[in-house]
Amino acid sequence: MPTEQDVRPVTDPNVETGHITSPVLKGNPEDLRDLEAGLDKLQSDTQRKAGIDWSRVLLPVAALVVLILVWQFYVSLGVKRRDLVPGPLDVLGQMGVLWSEGKVQESVWTSLQRGVFGFLISVVIATPVGLLLAQTAPLRRAFGPLISGLQVLPSVAWVPAAIIWFGLSDATVYFVVFMGAIPSIINGLISGVDQIPPQYRSVGKVLGANRLQMALQIILPAALPGYIGGLKQGWAFSWRSLMAAEIIATGGTIGFGLGSLLDQGRLLSDMATVMSAILFILAVGILIELLVFGPIEKRLLQRRGLLAGGTR
Amino acid sequence: MPVVLEHLGKRFGDGAPVLDDVNATIAKGEFVALLGASGCGKSTLLNILAGLEQPTSGALEVPADGAAFMFQDSALFPWLTARANIELALQLADKNAGKRSSKAERSARATELLELVHLGGAGDKRPHELSGGMRQRVALARSLAQDRQLLLMDEPFAALDAITRDLLHDELERIWKETGRTIVFVTHNVREAVRLGQRVLLLSSRPGRVVAEWDVTEEHRTDAGRAGELTATITRRLREEIRRHAN
Repeated sequence: MPTEQDVRPVTDPNVETGHITSPVLKGNPEDLRDLEAGLDKLQSDTQRKAGIDWSRVLLPVAALVVLILVWQFYVSLGVKRRDLVPGPLDVLGQMGVLWSEGKVQESVWTSLQRGVFGFLISVVIATPVGLLLAQTAPLRRAFGPLISGLQVLPSVAWVPAAIIWFGLSDATVYFVVFMGAIPSIINGLISGVDQIPPQYRSVGKVLGANRLQMALQIILPAALPGYIGGLKQGWAFSWRSLMAAEIIATGGTIGFGLGSLLDQGRLLSDMATVMSAILFILAVGILIELLVFGPIEKRLLQRRGLLAGGTR
Repeated sequence: MPVVLEHLGKRFGDGAPVLDDVNATIAKGEFVALLGASGCGKSTLLNILAGLEQPTSGALEVPADGAAFMFQDSALFPWLTARANIELALQLADKNAGKRSSKAERSARATELLELVHLGGAGDKRPHELSGGMRQRVALARSLAQDRQLLLMDEPFAALDAITRDLLHDELERIWKETGRTIVFVTHNVREAVRLGQRVLLLSSRPGRVVAEWDVTEEHRTDAGRAGELTATITRRLREEIRRHAN
């Protein structure tokens, strides 16, 4: 859409006459602009807007229904005693009881609060450390193997040490969460940085970015897909470590979390409570993925044009 | 003279020299095409000019503020829109020059630059939504955003289709005339070199060295026959250079 003010005067009169390789294409600037606009239209994709894809909702629900039916079918065969393998309805009933006692609300809230808080602190600690390690070769060579080792080490192994150091307090729980989440976020960030095309660094250098600008404005956003992957794994490690810590360390000033509920069910040999607790732990994991990481990841990949052809 | 190369040499480790005794001077506002077969060290020379690599011998004079660079693939940042890519370059350039610029100022300048490459309407698109030619134009706008006298271009149109490339030749010529930049344009395409350059430098292969030089005069620009002759002459010389490596 050329307007009056867009027309630029050609300063050199020879521009109009001389051409070597493209005699037909060359004309006045107006023509060039139109030509380019036409080519741009032809060459860029037309955007398609999709409506709500119901298969995303219906397929998981159907899968869930099938699993519950299989469970019910197995229970109704009567292979095991009902108090050892409760049916879906027994568990649902127990959930109702736990809810009316306020135990569900309390334990979910306590655990979620700890998990999220511990995870966020881990992110704050792990991000600068990860960037530093990824950008500084000697540091990375020195500490890289240790961080990888810490990621593999089950963080439950820290529970006895934490109890000795911090007693039965919230500090114990948080310590175990940190030891689970931090190495995994650091490693995710480092592998994200490793996968950055080297050219981005060259561009950054040519544009005159200093080390800090390079790290914050080029390296970090470029590594974002790997970093989000690391965060996701970091959250998983936080949540697992938290449950392990809550199951092992009960009493003291430690509040009543989902792990404590699970352990209580075990002590009372109350299988319905145990299964309810497991399902609550599972549900929190699924909800966090669906409501937090899923949308962030999808948006991220979509904006970079990496989603086409995937199965998401 | 913004660019002077004297006996410039480069070798990687103990290997054979990539560049050896390269001599050239490039005047302000000049458009120089650097021509050579693959593996002649054209890109290495350009990287040295850009300060991305250091020469191992010889002397080099480039503008103190460095050079703008345009790569073969657009190398736009995929997490930013076309406009934001340009704004990032503006922001970094201003910071380096010790200037403080507001977001609105940068946005206005980005709009101007997008207009300059005829992409006024595509500023909010992301790189993956643009065609190859559009991406290269955004990359050109980004390198102009650096506001440096010297612009280095490393085969920027090599990956484009013929129609788009022809068009971008016109576009680049227009922008060169409007902005008065000094351009060093690396290519392995003789026609492209003659089409764009005021001067064509031929680089030999292994080691790279400036072995021949032609002026592209106004006469060549207006007379297709003369241009064809020049293209043929340069092609012959280039092939001679390549044939030397047969034995």
